[in-house]
Amino acid sequence: MKKQTMLLVALLGLSLILAACAGQTAPADTSSDSGAVAAEDAPITLTYLVDDGETDQLLAHAFADGYMELHPNVTIEVENRPGGGDGDNVVKTRLATGDMTDVFFYNAGSLLQALQPANTLVDLTDEPYMDTVDDAFKQTVAQDGKIYGVPSQSAMGGGILYNKKIYADLGLSIPTTWEEFAANNEIIKEAGIAPVIASYGDTWTSQLFVLADYYNVQAADPNFAEEYTANQAKYATTPAALAGFAHIQEGYDKGWYQQDYATTTYEQGMGLLANGEGAHYPMLSFALPTIATNFPDKIDDIGFFAQPGASADENGATIWMLSANYIPLTTTGDKLAVAKDFLAYTVSSAAIELLNERVPPSGPYLIKGAELPADVLPAVQDIAAYIESGDSAPALEFLSPVKGPNLEHLCVAVGTGQMTAEEAAAAYDEDVKKQAQQLGLEGW
Amino acid sequence: MATSARPRVIMKAYPNWFYLPAAIVFGLFFLIPTVMAFYYSLTRWTLFDATFIGFQNYITFLNDPSLKSGLINTIIYAVMTSGLKVIISLPLAMLLTSNIRFKDFYRSITFFPVLVSTVAVGITFSMLMQPSTGLINNVLGAIGLPQPDWLGNPDLALYSVALVDVWKGLGIATVIFMAGILSIPQEYFEAARLEGGTWVKFRYIIIPLARNATFTVILLSFIGGLRTFDLIWTMTRGGPGFASDVLTSVIYKQYQAGFYGLSTAGNVVLFILVTIIVYPLMSYFNRKELEL
Amino acid sequence: MSIRRTITNLLRDVILLVTFILVFLVPFIFILLNAAKTRQEAALLEFRWPSEFLLWANLREVITYGENRMLLALWNSTLLTVGSVTLIVVLSALVAFVMQRRSDRLASVVGSFMLAGLIIPPAVVPTVFFLQWLNLYKTLTGMIMVDVALNMPFAILIFRAFMNSIPRELDEAAILDGASPLRIFFSVILPLLRPAIVTVVVTSSVNIFNDFVGPLYFLPGEKNVTAPLTLFSFISQFSSQYNLLFADVVVMTIIPLIIFIFFQRQLVSGMMGGAIKG
Repeated sequence: MKKQTMLLVALLGLSLILAACAGQTAPADTSSDSGAVAAEDAPITLTYLVDDGETDQLLAHAFADGYMELHPNVTIEVENRPGGGDGDNVVKTRLATGDMTDVFFYNAGSLLQALQPANTLVDLTDEPYMDTVDDAFKQTVAQDGKIYGVPSQSAMGGGILYNKKIYADLGLSIPTTWEEFAANNEIIKEAGIAPVIASYGDTWTSQLFVLADYYNVQAADPNFAEEYTANQAKYATTPAALAGFAHIQEGYDKGWYQQDYATTTYEQGMGLLANGEGAHYPMLSFALPTIATNFPDKIDDIGFFAQPGASADENGATIWMLSANYIPLTTTGDKLAVAKDFLAYTVSSAAIELLNERVPPSGPYLIKGAELPADVLPAVQDIAAYIESGDSAPALEFLSPVKGPNLEHLCVAVGTGQMTAEEAAAAYDEDVKKQAQQLGLEGW
Repeated sequence: MATSARPRVIMKAYPNWFYLPAAIVFGLFFLIPTVMAFYYSLTRWTLFDATFIGFQNYITFLNDPSLKSGLINTIIYAVMTSGLKVIISLPLAMLLTSNIRFKDFYRSITFFPVLVSTVAVGITFSMLMQPSTGLINNVLGAIGLPQPDWLGNPDLALYSVALVDVWKGLGIATVIFMAGILSIPQEYFEAARLEGGTWVKFRYIIIPLARNATFTVILLSFIGGLRTFDLIWTMTRGGPGFASDVLTSVIYKQYQAGFYGLSTAGNVVLFILVTIIVYPLMSYFNRKELEL
Repeated sequence: MSIRRTITNLLRDVILLVTFILVFLVPFIFILLNAAKTRQEAALLEFRWPSEFLLWANLREVITYGENRMLLALWNSTLLTVGSVTLIVVLSALVAFVMQRRSDRLASVVGSFMLAGLIIPPAVVPTVFFLQWLNLYKTLTGMIMVDVALNMPFAILIFRAFMNSIPRELDEAAILDGASPLRIFFSVILPLLRPAIVTVVVTSSVNIFNDFVGPLYFLPGEKNVTAPLTLFSFISQFSSQYNLLFADVVVMTIIPLIIFIFFQRQLVSGMMGGAIKG
C-alpha cells in the first residue's frame, strides 16, 4: 500500500514538472528584429498553420504564393488543422508544448484570449504597418494594450441573407423592425415559400438569431457587454438579450422554417436560399463566396440586411471581426524576422490585390487604403453600406471573453420546440457561468 | 482445471516475463498519462497552467444539467446496441456457417462496414436518413410505410444512431459467433440432425457451446456502447438540442470548450461508471466460463 | 427432390440475396455514386446516377490535392498500421498465452489491467506532454507505441478466448521435448492462434488506420499527415464538397479493403482450421 502511495506521489510530481515545462516557452528574440528582412539570400522555410475551411485555405495559399514570388529564397509550408473546437484544442496543445508553427492563423476576440497571448505570442504593437490597421480590429487582438495579431481576412456581417427575387416578386420591402420582418414572413409563407431557412444539421448555424441580434442588444442596453463580463447582466433577465432566443421560438411557433430543417445542412441551406426555396437565411456573410462558387448564376439574387430589432431608428448590423495571423514566441532568430516581414506583406496593397483576385471578399477589409474590388458581390455591398454609415457593432464575442459552449445546442432545442426561449436563456446563463469559472474570470 | 496440481516443470513453460514487453508499453503510454489525467481532473487547467481546486470539477460535472439525460441515453444506447448485435448476429452467423448459396459473398459484405471509418459511415447514413430526400425514406414511402425524420426528431435520433452502430458493428460480432460455432465439434451437429431441426441445433447446441463467443460479443459491444462517441458525434452532435447526448458527447463538448480539467473529471466519472457496470458482468461471465 | 422444394429454395436464395445487398451494399453504392458527381449535384445528396460520371476525375483530384498529400497520408497510415499491428499481435499473444495457461492471481491482476484498458478513455493531452518528455512526440514511433497501448487490451481479450481452444497437451508435449518457452510460443502456439490473429489484425488495423484523434494530437505536422486527417480537410467546418469527400472515403477505404481481401479466406475458413484441432 505504502509503495503505491509513493508511486502515486512520484507520478503526480512528475506530472507537475511536465506541466511546468509545458508552460515554459522560449524567450522572444527581440534583438534581431529590425523590421527589415533578414537573410535575403539564405533559403529559409516558414511553417504556417491554417484551419481547413475553404476560404481560409484560399487566403493562406494566396498570402504564401504572393510572398514566395517576391522572396524566392523563402518557402512557406501551409499546414492544415481542423476548424471548430478540435482546431482550438490543436492550437492550444501546440502552443502549450512549444510546438507551434512559425506563423499561424486563428480567431480574434474571446478565442484569442484563451491562448494567453502575453505568454505565448510575439508582441506586434510596434510594427510599422499597425498604423494602417483599423482601431476597432486592433482591440480584438490585443491584451493589456499589446497587439498580437495582423488582420488576414475581410470583416463579415452577421444578419439576414435574403433572396431579392422573392422580395421583388412579392413586392416586399426590406424590414427595419422585427414586426415588419414577421409580417414579410407571413406573406412569403402564403406564397408557398419557406420564410426562414434553418440548417440544424450543422448546429453552429442555429445561433445566428441570437448572435446577430447583438447590435440591437447594444442599442437597447449600451453597457450590456461590460455588465455581462462582470457577471451582472444575464440573458434571461435582460429583455433585449432574451429577444434573440424569442425570435428562434417565434420561428418555430409560427412555422417559418422549411421542411426537414432539423437535419438540413449548411450546404443545403445555401442551396435553398439561392434557388428561392427559402427567402431568408440568418447567416454570416462568409457564406457568400461559397454561394458564388456553387451557384454562380444566382449570387446576384442574394442580398443582406441587418437583423431587425425593436425600433426602426436603431437599425444596424452586427459585425464579425476577421481572423488574424499570429507569431508564437517559439519563432526566433531569422525565422522571426522573415515571419514579421511576411505578416507585413499580408497587409500590403500587393497582397490585398491578390486577395481580391483569388478570394471574393465577404465584407470590407479593416486596413486603411484597402479597397474592395469594383465587382464585389452585391450582398457584400449591402454590408459595407452599414459599416460606412456607422450603423454597426462588433458581435459580443469580440467584446467579452465570456461565451458558453452550448449556445448552438440550446438554440436548436428552442428551434425544434424542446425548450422555450426563457428556459434556453436561463440554461445559457448557467452554461456561461461554467465557462467563466473554468477560465478563472474574476467575479464568477 | 486445477492449475496448482500441474507440475512446476510445466508452469515454467509459461514465464511471467512474457508480460513484460506489453506491460512496459501499456504502463508508459497508457497508465502514466492516465494517472497524470487524474491529477489534472483536480485542477482548473488551461493547458498553459493548472490550478489545484480539489474536487470542484467533479461537483460541477455531476451537477451538469445534461448529465442525467446523458446517462440515461448512454445506458439505453449500450443495452440496445449490444442486445441487437447479439440477437441479429447469432442467427446471421448460423446462416453464414450453414450450407447456403453465395455464402462467401455474404460473409464478405457483412464485414465491409467494419472496414470503413466511423466518420465516413456517420456522414453516409446522415444522408441516407434525410427525411424527404434520403434513400431510406424514399424506399419506405414507395412501399407505403411511414417516413420518420430519423435524426431530426428528438425522440428518435438516439435510436437511429444506435441502428447505424449495429449495422457497422455486426461484422465483428458475426465473425466472433462464427468462430464460436465453427469450434463446436461436428459430432454434436450430427446428433442434432437426428434429434430434430434447426431449433434443436440452436437451442441445445449453439447457445450453450457458443457461450464464450456470446460473452465476448456482449462484453465488447456493451463497453463499446457505453464509450460510444464517434458515430453520435458525426451524426447528431448529441442533438437535436440535447436529445441524443451521451456521457462521452457531454464530456467532449466540455473538452472542445477548453474546460480541460472538467472534461478530465468527466472521463474519470465515466470510467468509474463503466467499471461499476462491467466488472460484475465480467466476473459473472468468467465464472460461467469456468463451469464449462 | 420435388420441384416445389427447388422453387422455395430458389425463392429463399433470391430473398436473401436482395436483403443482403440492400442492407450491406447500398450504402457503399451511395458513396461511389456521390464520389462520381459534380460538386453541385453531390450537394443534393441524392441516390441518383450522376449526370456526368466523374469518379476518376474526383479520385484524381483527391489524390493529387495539395502536392499529392493523399499519397503521403496513405504511406504514413500504412507504416503506422503495419508497425502497430505487428507489435500488438506479438505482445498481446504473449500476454494471453501466459495469462490463460497460468490462470493464477497475477493473471487476474493482468486481466484487471486489460479491462481497465478497455474501459478507461485515453487521456489525450497528458499523453502529449509525456511523449514530449520521452522525445517521442511527433514521431511515428511515439504514435505506434500509443496505438499499441490502446489496442492491446482488445487483442488480449480475443487471444485469451481463443487460447481456451488450444489444448494444453500440445504445449506439454513440446515441454517434454525440451523446447524453451519462447520456442513453444512461436512454433506451437502462435501458428495455432492464426484465426485469432487474423481477427486481431483486421480489427485493429481498421481501428488504427481510421483513427483521427491520435494522429491529430500526437503526430502533428504536414509531413506526418495520415489518411483520416485528409478526410477531415474535406469535411471542413464551413463548406463541404461532398463529391470530393466521398472520393476521399473511397480512396481511404482501399487499404483496409486490401487487408481484408488478403485475410478474408482465413478470417472465415481459418477459424475452422484452428477450431477443429481444438
